[in-house]
This record gives sequence, C-alpha cells and structure tokens, in this order.
Amino acid sequence: MPASQQIRFADAQIEMAHGAGGKASRRLIEGLIAPLMIGPLANPLGDSAIVDVEGVQLAFTADSFVVRPLRFPGGSIGDLAVNGTVNDLAVSGARPVALLVTLILEAGLSAESLEMELRAIASAALNAGVTVVGGDTKVVEHGKADGMYITTAGIGALDNRFVCSSSLVRPGDKVLLSGSIGDHGITILLARGEIDLDADLQSDTRSILPMVDALAGAAGPGVRWMRDPTRGGVASALNELARDAGVAIALSEETIPVRAQVRGACELLGLEPLHIANEGQFVAVVAADYAEMALAAVRGAPGGHEAALIGEVRETPARTVISCSAYGGTRVVDMLVGDPLPRIC
Amino acid sequence: MKYVDEFRDAQLIRQAAAEIRKLARPDKHFRLMEVCGGHTHAIYRFALADLLPGNIELVHGPGCPVCVLPMGRVDDGLSLASDPKVILTVFGDMMRVPGRTGTPLEHKARGADIRMVYSPLDALKLARENPDREVVFFAIGFETTAPSTALTLRQARALGLRNFSVFCNHVTIIPAIRAILDSPGMRIDAFIGPGHVSTVIGCRPYEFITTRYGKPLVTSGFEPLDVLQSIVMILRQLDSGIARVENQYARVVPWEGNIPALKALAEVFELRPYFEWRGLGFISQSALRLNDEYSEWDAEKRFHVPGVRVTDPKAAQCGEVLKGVLKPHQCKLFGRECTPEKPVGALMVSSEGACAAFHNYAVRTGATTAASTGS
Repeated sequence: MPASQQIRFADAQIEMAHGAGGKASRRLIEGLIAPLMIGPLANPLGDSAIVDVEGVQLAFTADSFVVRPLRFPGGSIGDLAVNGTVNDLAVSGARPVALLVTLILEAGLSAESLEMELRAIASAALNAGVTVVGGDTKVVEHGKADGMYITTAGIGALDNRFVCSSSLVRPGDKVLLSGSIGDHGITILLARGEIDLDADLQSDTRSILPMVDALAGAAGPGVRWMRDPTRGGVASALNELARDAGVAIALSEETIPVRAQVRGACELLGLEPLHIANEGQFVAVVAADYAEMALAAVRGAPGGHEAALIGEVRETPARTVISCSAYGGTRVVDMLVGDPLPRIC
Repeated sequence: MKYVDEFRDAQLIRQAAAEIRKLARPDKHFRLMEVCGGHTHAIYRFALADLLPGNIELVHGPGCPVCVLPMGRVDDGLSLASDPKVILTVFGDMMRVPGRTGTPLEHKARGADIRMVYSPLDALKLARENPDREVVFFAIGFETTAPSTALTLRQARALGLRNFSVFCNHVTIIPAIRAILDSPGMRIDAFIGPGHVSTVIGCRPYEFITTRYGKPLVTSGFEPLDVLQSIVMILRQLDSGIARVENQYARVVPWEGNIPALKALAEVFELRPYFEWRGLGFISQSALRLNDEYSEWDAEKRFHVPGVRVTDPKAAQCGEVLKGVLKPHQCKLFGRECTPEKPVGALMVSSEGACAAFHNYAVRTGATTAASTGS
C-alpha cells in the first residue's frame, strides 16, 4: 500500500488546533480523513475537487461556518458562508453556479437573528452571481450549538482561461497577494470582547470573483497556483505550496500589505499577521513575465487596489517559506502551530 | 506604527550593524547572554544574527517564565483542575506546556474547566460571575507580571472575594542571573539586560554583576535597533575595559524602577526559601509566594497540592540549552521528538523559548532541516 493511503494519525483526541488550519489540521486531513474516505491522492488536496460529469468538468466544494459571534464588524456568518464557498471555487479556477445551504440551528435562536442571516446569505449570493438551489435545516437542543452553524456546498464551471496546480510552480515565479492581510481574524478576536482592545477594523469577507476574473483576463496563461488564505493565514497556504511543489517561497517583508490596526493588535498579542485568517483575499503564483500585468489587472479590479507582489519562488531552502527584511535578515515563516496563543510578556 | 517603525528602520539598522562589525575585534570571541526570552524571540524573529559578525555569539538566557517552570509545578496546577468545582485560569503560553498527564489544552479537551485569560483581572471577573465555583489563577512570570497578580490580590481582598485564589509561580530574575554567573565553566562576557523586568525593578539591582563579576550589562528594548544598539554599547564597554550597567531602554525603563509596583509586590508576596527552576535546579530566594496576610487567597493553602517532583525526560537537554552550554539544535530531541507542535521540553513551548524561536525562525540547511521536516 503506498504511504499516502496509510493512516498516519497518532493524536489521541481531537483538539481545537485540529480545526485551526495549521499543521494539526493538515495532519488530520492527510493522516486520517483522506486515507479513510478518499483513498490515494493523485494530487495534493486543493480548495475544490474537480469532478468529471459525463465529459463536463465541474469544481465541487463545501465549507462549514461555526464563527462566534455570529455578527461582527464588516459581516456575519451568513456572508461568510456564501463568500467562503464562492472563494474556494474561484481559486480553483471555477465560476460558481449553484450553492446548497445547510443550517444547524440551536433552539432558542431568535427568529430575528435567523432572518438577518438568511437575508445576508441571499444578498451575498446575489452579489457573487450564484444561485442558492436548496439545502437542509436541522435544530439541536439549546446549548448544543453556538446559535447557528452553516454549511454551504457549491459547484462551479471551470474557467478555461487558467489552470492552477502546485506542480506548475517554478523557481522565478512571483507571488501576488490581493490585499491587506489579517483583517478578518483580528476583527473576530476583538469582536469577542475578551481582550480590552478596540480598533477601527472590519472583516474583509467578500467575494474575490471580480479580482480573480480580472487576473484571468489579463494574465490567465501565467497563473500557476492560487489559494484563499483563510484559517492558518497566508503563511499556512504558502507552506503547503512550498511542501507540495518542493520549492522555497521567499517573501519580501516590507511589501506585504498589513493595516496598522492589524499590526498593532498582533504586536500586542504576540501574533504573526501571516498566520491570521482572511475571508476576502487570494494569494497567487504567477510566471515572472506576467507578474506586472497580473498586478495591474488585480489592482484595477473592484476591491483590488491594495494588491501587491510580495515575493518569489526559489529553489532553496526547499519546502520552506522565508521572509527577507529590508535590512538583510532572513527568517523562516512556518505554518501555524496550534491555535494562536498570545505571549504573556 | 509609532514606537515600532522607527526602531525597524532598515538604514539605521544597517548602520548599527556596521558599527558592531567595526567594534568586534576579529581576534576576539564575544559571548553575550540575552537574559530575557523576549529578546531571544526578537533576535530570531528579526534574524539579527544574520547581521552580526561570526565572532559575536548570542547565548540564550533563563528569562522565559514558561521555560523555567518545572514539570512538577505544571502537574500541581493541573491537579487543581481535576476538582469539578474549580475553574483553572492560565495565560495562553501555559496552554501547551506538557505535564506528565498532558498539557492544559489536552486536559481541557478531556473536560477540565481550564480557561485562557489575558490578565489576572479576567480571572477575578470570572470569580465574581461564578460565585458557586472556585476560580484559581495559575500565576507565572518574573517581576514583569507579578505586579498585576499583586494588584489583583489586593482587589480580591478589598472585595472580600472568597472563591478566588492564586497558584503562585512567580520567580525573580536576579538570583537566576547570579546562579548562571556562579555556575562552573561560565564564559559569558556581558549581558543584554531584560527590558520588561527592568520596567519594574529598574537598573540598580544589576550593579553587583558589574562590581562583583566585572561583566557589563545593558538593559535593552525589543526592537531590532534596540538590540543592536545595546550590543554596540556592550562592545564599547568591553573595548574600553570597563563594566557598568547602562540603560538603552530609557524610553520605558526608569533607573529606579516602578515604585508603586514594587510596593504592591512587597505588600502581597514574600520570598520562598528556595524554588526549583527547570534546568537550573533549586535556587534559594528565587521565587515568590503569598504572605500571611494573603494566605486565604493562596491556592496551595486552600487546596491539596501534591507537590511532586518530576524529572525531565532524560534525553531532553533543556538544562544545557538554558545555561547556554548547548545551542537548541544540538539537543538530541530537537526537531525530531521535540517540536513546537509536540514539545517535550518547555523551551519548545513558549514562543520565547530558545528552542521554539530557533525552530520557528532560523533558516536551517542540510541535516537539521531534513530532521525537522522529515516526519
């Protein structure tokens, strides 16, 4: 039996870190979930599966949302549920066609809250140009869910202007980021009210389709790989790429767009902006010849004005993401380990 | 960002690095110990070693409170959480520190009521909100965090709050520095002094290091330029053959310390006769406990605490790394059995631990890299 089929999961129990999008998540998915449910993997797991339906290739994906609190500056669980699945399809090179929405509701949830989220779902779907075609609703006892959980599943038609795969990535390629990082994660952290910090900041939850569309139109043949850096942040997405493609990713620290509010919160809490979740960004690898065109196209698209080229693919140190400072220091940027835990002093 | 960007200015940093290269005479080898874990973290995070000449060696000191806490104390703390009446509150850094029966995070996943707090005041608030529960605060840290514990205890007393207590593991930095200076084979030339601790204790307590041991100490900030400037100040002292305490971090550290904070410490705590430090062993008068006035709020008096001693896993060489004898990657377990995700030794847990900082940020080549990723 090839190694990829074997169960390799030694953890005794499931912990929060297994859902944080970092190393533990990857271990769970690759070591237990994929071997038992999917079998041998021909390619590294992407944001969507590509399914052949009688000769037509469709992208197929699902995403679940358990965010607390349900509403936060810049959005709500309903917005996230639509945009999350839409963005997974977008970075897989697909145009979303239809969504299924599954609601798990906790007894005691006010009808008003539910109505607000349903309106948010409808409006986000309209905005992304995708149709909600069905779903399912279940109710659990009070205390068994945090108000509501939502799962969305989506299918998309492949956009033939570009193909994404880690196997296409080559040394010399450039890394393109669509905008400021960390807004969503820090907004949620502050919205919980557990830390006495206030910042004028909101979640970046949005559909990235307009930006991806512009990228595909202007530089489609140069696009090699794309991800939406949600849980685990840009660092975890790029580490997975470095590992899957056997390359080094060298980031140029001062080119990475981070808002002062996010930087400030991260400095205070001992967090790394590259590890913080985003809900309306993508990171792409583009052939060097196409990089400037790609950047101009994304910057010209709605919501893309903060896009930046933040680094390049190199041969060494293989399977590693490094960050180079303006003053000549080089450090490793690892995947997220555990759930972000702040330092005490 | 104010107070950050100006201390990360690339041109100024390059200038400071050039000054260091000029001052570090090539015929000499300089071993500088950064006492504080915050500095260890900053040195790796900002890759400052890349800017230093090869004859300047940075030795990582004992100033990471999570790292020096012996495993037995972790077990003692976790044993409190086995009482279903108890809500155990801990700082985030503690959540992944392994005891013999697992980490606080694992105990929590198995059902113990362990909650992460950002301040002891959050624990106090929990106690007020849950009058039918016992809230215990697992206090760790040097003089940096001890005043906030003291002020919280003062408040608990003023409120007459009976369901709140503190499991005290506060330690003091000076005895640890003395222990290192007295340890056989000590080859440290100078100290980069702890910045945050000094905001509380000031610079005067370090004077014995210069007068009795003849080693310079420069209290330093945590930004790249702070650390490099401190190294410049140290090299200038070494070059001119003098040893004195200097304060590079004067924008934050008052020479005399923070008097109200010191008063609060004196009011609430007393010195323990001795306390065990991981890697360094027992050090006399190196830790704090609640004094008699506050014994009602002392978790060690209110609950049964087993007080077991646990020896570290034999193969782990945390002690050698803590004393600067070994570099993190020279430990047999580094990157293999012991990683930030599954730490064996405490130096791998806290982001301020030398091993975690090295593992997280240092660019490695060859054998070490293969070992750390070849799982």
